[in-house]
Amino acid sequence: MTTILGTLTRRRARADVDAPPRNLAPSRSARTLTIVLLIFALAYFLLPIVWLLFAATKSNADLVSSPGFWFGDFQLAENYTKLMDWTQGNFWRWVGNSMLYSGVAAVVGTLVSVSAGYALAKFRFPGSGVMSGAILGGLLMPVALLTVPLYIVFQQIGLTNTMWAIIIPSCVSPFGVFLGRVFADAAVPTEVLEAARIDGASESRIFFTMVLRLLAPAMVTIFLFIFVATWNNFLLPLMMISSPELKPVTLGLYGMVSYFAPQKGAVMLGALLGVVPLVILFLGLQRYWRSGLAAGAVKG
Amino acid sequence: METQAPVPVAQKPARPRRRPSGARREALTGWAFMAPFAVLFVLVFVIPIAVSARESFFAQVSTSGDLYGGGQLDSVFVGLDNFLHVLTNERFWAGVGRIGLFGIVQVPIMIFAALGLALLLDSWLIRRVGGFRLSFFLPYAIPGIVAAMVWLYLYTPEISPLVDLLNALGIHVDLMGPGFVIFSMANMTTWTYTGYNMLIFLAALQAIPRDLYEAARVDGASGWQVVTKIKVPLVRGAALLAILLSIIGTVQLFNEPTVLAAVNSWMGADFVPMMMAYNTMMGQLSPSGAGPASAISIVMALLAGVLAAVYAVLQKRFTR
Repeated sequence: MTTILGTLTRRRARADVDAPPRNLAPSRSARTLTIVLLIFALAYFLLPIVWLLFAATKSNADLVSSPGFWFGDFQLAENYTKLMDWTQGNFWRWVGNSMLYSGVAAVVGTLVSVSAGYALAKFRFPGSGVMSGAILGGLLMPVALLTVPLYIVFQQIGLTNTMWAIIIPSCVSPFGVFLGRVFADAAVPTEVLEAARIDGASESRIFFTMVLRLLAPAMVTIFLFIFVATWNNFLLPLMMISSPELKPVTLGLYGMVSYFAPQKGAVMLGALLGVVPLVILFLGLQRYWRSGLAAGAVKG
Repeated sequence: METQAPVPVAQKPARPRRRPSGARREALTGWAFMAPFAVLFVLVFVIPIAVSARESFFAQVSTSGDLYGGGQLDSVFVGLDNFLHVLTNERFWAGVGRIGLFGIVQVPIMIFAALGLALLLDSWLIRRVGGFRLSFFLPYAIPGIVAAMVWLYLYTPEISPLVDLLNALGIHVDLMGPGFVIFSMANMTTWTYTGYNMLIFLAALQAIPRDLYEAARVDGASGWQVVTKIKVPLVRGAALLAILLSIIGTVQLFNEPTVLAAVNSWMGADFVPMMMAYNTMMGQLSPSGAGPASAISIVMALLAGVLAAVYAVLQKRFTR
C-alpha cells in the first residue's frame, strides 16, 4: 500500500543505511562542530522543561535560594496540596474537561474532515471548487481573529459558557480536510471504489468499511492535530467559559498565574500535570506527526 | 497494512461505466460526504464573519431611556465610526508596530534556525538523529499558555537560572522591561515552533531523490555545494509555506503577551491588536462591545490578507 507514511518510513530506512560517497565524507572537525551545535540546541529546547521538573518540587523560598537545576527541600506533596486547595479541588476536573473537549472535537472533527477530504478527492460535484477555495481561505485565516465573531454569534444563540462553545468550533479543521484530501488521493485507489460499486456496495458501506480502513493512518494524524490544537487553545475558552467547573486546564492554570502572589512551585506542578497527557500522546504517536507535516510540506 | 479491499479478479462483463444519471448521482454522493463539514464551516466561519461584518457598523449606545429607568443599551447604526476609531487610534497602531517588530525579528530567526537544524539532521555529519529530532519538537507539545508561564518564571530575576547565567556573563537586562519584552516574547514563540518548522523542512529534505546526491558526487561537488545547490533550492516551497504560516501566527499573537501582562501591568490591555480586540469585546477597554471589537478583528484580518498577498507577489517576483 502506497501511503505517504509508507514512503517516508522506507526513505528514512534507506537514508540510515546509505553511507556518503567517499569524496563527500565529512571531516572529523565538521562532525565535532555539528555535535556541539546540536547539543546547544538540545539544551535550549530541553532545559526549560528540566527546570520545570525541579521547580515543581520547590517552595517559593526554595525557588529563590536553591540552584535551578537541582532539588531544594523536596516539597512535591505540599505543592500538590496547595494546587488542590487553590483550584478548590477542580484541577483534575479541568484536566478531564480538556480531555473531553479535545477528545470529542478530535473524533468528530476527524470523521468530518476525512469525509470531506474523500468527497473532494474522489467525486466531481458542483461547488467543489468553492469548497476547496473556502478550505484554503480557512487554512490561511488567522483563526484567533475568528474568536471574537464566534463569541458574538454563540452569545446570541446562548451557547457561551457551555462545552459546545469549545467543541463545535474545534471540530472544524480546514487543515484536517486538506490532509484528508491529500491522503485520500494517495491511499484510496479509484479502481477499488469502482469495483466495489460494480459489486453493488452502497456508497456509505464503501466509505465506512473500505475508505476509513484505508485512511486509518491519516485519521490518526488528523486526530492528533485537532486534539492538540483544541487542548492548546486558550483564547477560545478564555472568551467562552466563565464557570470554574467548565474550564479546560489551560484556562485554569492561567487563573493561577494571574492571581496575585501565587505559589510558583504549585503553579509549575499544575503546568506539568496539565501537559502530561499531551506529552504521552505526542511521544507515542510521533511518526503520525511527521507524516502530516510531510503531506503539508511536499504538497504545499 | 494489508489490503482488505475486495478486488475482483475477473471483471464482470463490461457495462457502461456511467448511466445517464451517473453525473448527478456522483454529485449527490459527493455532497453527502461534504455536507457535515460544509454545515459546520458555515456555522463556525461564514455566519460569524457575516454577523461580525454587520456588527462592525453598529455600536451600543445608551439611550436616555427615562421611560425604562435609564441605562438601556441600544444598537445604533454608526456607519464607519468603529473603523475610523480603530484606524485613528494610536494605541492600535502601537500594537501593530509591536507585532511588526516581533515578526521581523522572530520569523527569520526561527526559520533559519529550523532550516539549519533540519539540514544538520539530514546531513552525513550525524548518524543517530531520532533523539535530537524528538527533543527539538517536544516544546510543541507544551501548550502555548503553559510555555509562556514557564518562560515567565524563567524571566523573573529572583527565581530564574537564566537571569543568573546572564548576570554571571555580565549582562544585566530586565527581560520583562519595556525595551526588551518583545524579544522575550519572540523567544517564547521561537522555543515552541522551531521544532515544528524543522519537521516541515526535514520532510521536504527527505522527499529529495537520493540520486541527485549521487549525480553531485560524480560531478565532484563538495558537501557544502550539495547543501547550497541542491538541498536549499529544493526545500524552497516548504520554506515559503513555513514563512507564510509564521506571518499569520504573528498577526494573531495573544497567549504570550497576555501571560506577561498578567504580571507586568504596564503592558496594559492593548499591548498587541488581538489583546485589544479581546479586551474591547469583554468591556475592559473603551469603546467596548461587539461593534468596536469586530472592527478591530476585521482590520487585522484585512491586514493579514494584504501581508499574505504582498508576500506572495514578492516571492513570485524573486523566484522567477
